[in-house]
Amino acid sequence: MTQTTHDKPPRTTPAAGTDTTTTTGAGFAQLPGLMSLMTGDEKHGPAATSTLDALWVLYDRVLRVSPERAADPERDRFLLSKGHGPMAYYAVLAAKGFFPVDWLPGFGSYDSPLGHHPDRLLVPGAEIGSGSLGHGLPLAVGTALGLRAQGRTDPAVWVLIGDAELDEGSNHEALAYAGAAGLDRLHTLVIDNSSATHGWRGGIAARFETAGWSVATVDGRDHRALYEAFTAPHPGRPHAVVARVEPKGA
Amino acid sequence: MDTMRERFASVTSHLLDDDPRLAVVLADIGVDGFTGAARRHPDRVVNVGIREQLLIGVGSGLALTGLRPIMHTFASFLVERPFEQVKLDFGHQGVGGVLVSAGGSYDWPSGGYTHMSPGDIALLDTLDGWTVHVPGHPDEAETLLRQAAAAGDDKVYVRLSVQVNQAPRAVDGVRFQRLREGRRGVVVAVGPMLDNVLAATEGLDVGVLYATTVRPFDGAALRAATGAADAADVVIVEPCLAGTSTRFANDALADRPHRVLGLGVGRRELRRYGQLDEHLAAHGLDPHGLRERIVGFLPSGS
Repeated sequence: MTQTTHDKPPRTTPAAGTDTTTTTGAGFAQLPGLMSLMTGDEKHGPAATSTLDALWVLYDRVLRVSPERAADPERDRFLLSKGHGPMAYYAVLAAKGFFPVDWLPGFGSYDSPLGHHPDRLLVPGAEIGSGSLGHGLPLAVGTALGLRAQGRTDPAVWVLIGDAELDEGSNHEALAYAGAAGLDRLHTLVIDNSSATHGWRGGIAARFETAGWSVATVDGRDHRALYEAFTAPHPGRPHAVVARVEPKGA
Repeated sequence: MDTMRERFASVTSHLLDDDPRLAVVLADIGVDGFTGAARRHPDRVVNVGIREQLLIGVGSGLALTGLRPIMHTFASFLVERPFEQVKLDFGHQGVGGVLVSAGGSYDWPSGGYTHMSPGDIALLDTLDGWTVHVPGHPDEAETLLRQAAAAGDDKVYVRLSVQVNQAPRAVDGVRFQRLREGRRGVVVAVGPMLDNVLAATEGLDVGVLYATTVRPFDGAALRAATGAADAADVVIVEPCLAGTSTRFANDALADRPHRVLGLGVGRRELRRYGQLDEHLAAHGLDPHGLRERIVGFLPSGS
């Protein structure tokens, strides 16, 4: 598998209809610096950087969320299910102004709201608490159903899971149901760093396709490809984006 | 008389008509009772199939968007199988919802141990903030279900059963009721155990409290009842695992010498089928078995 790594975000203008969020002015290039402020969870370093590009593209150009809209029922929802290694997530939230950058150095300490797994009651902008794998996709299904039941057909619901997290059976309950129910406001981003112990014979995308999802598999470091996959139309079906990055430990 | 489950379906179906915040989540169990409601409210009656982790996860997701989910299946598949979802998707996420179980400890004895959940309340007791209702009659179930549906963002468990008392009592969703006064001690009957407790204590000089809302535990009522007796000797008779509520009674009486006997379903798997009455007798929860143990525990009358 060939991977390309972009040092800078692509110079494309946001598509019409995407919100420009209130930010600290920090761009993608500043994220590694923000992440370096957080120490103590080096064990999950690979897990953190695997999500960095996809998270940035989502928050910078796709999700209609901002600190001002944090309580807006019409906002898009992003659920970080793979709560391990949340440094990239915290860096992106800080860069987008959800909380001050000076929270980052406290990462994991007793008085810090920023734990090694995020807690939605402590972290502004975090839609769910996570850490135990396999909870986010079922929660996202319920969120999509709840929005639909209230006539809120506009907000998109996104959930980020890992390829190893996909081992958890709860995901398969959720992805089978979501496909059958045609939850077209539901989106799953699978960060695939080949960390599932037994792999996924036949591919991750096939699991979603068979269940009735629209699926795109892209280079998880290619911002343009990510953006296109994130914004691809998928009428009547939920949408999965499998973002492949360097294998864990490679 | 309809069953508690039938009452649950009819009452909840009406509540769905009146309260746009309510939603019902099912996992193929109990679907028939909601056919009409599902037709009227297709987006608020969700059947996820035989997927109990998803049952709870979806309920929490609905709650995250502001709805009040009511999740229903057998107790073993509602509380035990997806227990971590109950713990995290409600407790840790900080949202509320209503779990309504059927089946109890042995409502379907011929179904065997896979469909028995005597430990459901004990499990929930490891978590913070769950209100637990154990109605003893379909009318009580209706009152408590209506309260649960209207209880804001509270986390509420309602344990429905086919074991029922002959007559309903006027339950308020909070307090224990003092049904009998007595000097030798106090017997707390939980939900469907009341009729057997009343039969077992007939003619004995013991106080009887009736408890349908067991969490929070009405310690004040227990203190008042034991204060009226000669000694703080308490027997709790529960339709679930023996001893489930014992520590709550101990906490309520911490400032005075007291003794507590917890009667309920034993831990040992009987590996028996048969009928409800046979299981009640096997666990010593029939009137005869109860009377023997209550008399043996309480000081003899003067």
